[in-house]
Amino acid sequence: MNRRYELMFIVRPDMVDEDQDKLISTLESAVTSSGGTLNKVEKLGKRRLAYTVRKFHDGVYILLTIDGGGGLIHELERRLRVSEPVIKFLTVRVDEEQKRLDKIKAIRDAKRKAPATPVVPESAAEAPATA
Amino acid sequence: MADETKATEAATPETTTAVAERPAGADRPAGDRPERSERPERSDRDRRPPRPGMGGREGGPGGRKYFRRKKVCKFCTEKIDSINYKDVRLLAQFVAESGKIVPRRLTGVCTPHQRRLSVAIKQARNIALLPFAGRVPQ
Repeated sequence: MNRRYELMFIVRPDMVDEDQDKLISTLESAVTSSGGTLNKVEKLGKRRLAYTVRKFHDGVYILLTIDGGGGLIHELERRLRVSEPVIKFLTVRVDEEQKRLDKIKAIRDAKRKAPATPVVPESAAEAPATA
Repeated sequence: MADETKATEAATPETTTAVAERPAGADRPAGDRPERSERPERSDRDRRPPRPGMGGREGGPGGRKYFRRKKVCKFCTEKIDSINYKDVRLLAQFVAESGKIVPRRLTGVCTPHQRRLSVAIKQARNIALLPFAGRVPQ
């Protein structure tokens, strides 16, 4: 149940802010009722679409970061597919990618700390002393 | 008159020999003509790089795009870890004017990064951040 997903969906541009918030709150209740957590809600705002979707040229992008299981995502996608103002959605699983990034960061931090300690060879100090 | 005849006599053996050569060439098409035709072909082949190694040395200053060793992976040098579908500006650098994903032999991207890049571009295309075909909207 510790899978992290990013759910990005596009809402029609002629939708009011209140309706957007209503939609987000319904999705949030669905998330919490299935035992997941909604971490972040990001509204990326109105953007020009790269191609026409359902005869719309612009759309409001909303990004949700969710912790939960696959069944939860299935349910959310079903709701998004049914809801009329949502014209497109995409779910990406990000916990594996996050693991990889954390690993790289950890390796980099370890590398930064290790060469900071200077290593002095003792043989070089002794040889001129005896000679 | 005599000079002319002598000159013509002197000239004629040369011309006859020259003429003699030409019909000789015509009589032997297998001998002369293929040699002459093969020579320009060989020089053409030498002009075009036949092997990848040859092409790499020549292809630096604007020759055929063969082996560009000078190109390095942008992600490896700048240490960009995550290639996200959301940063359209980064992805749009690796997309052609037609909207196609540029092959890595042109951009110099290393294989693991090219794979992640193409996944990210396809995700961006699905969410209408990048077009499937056509120019990237700015």
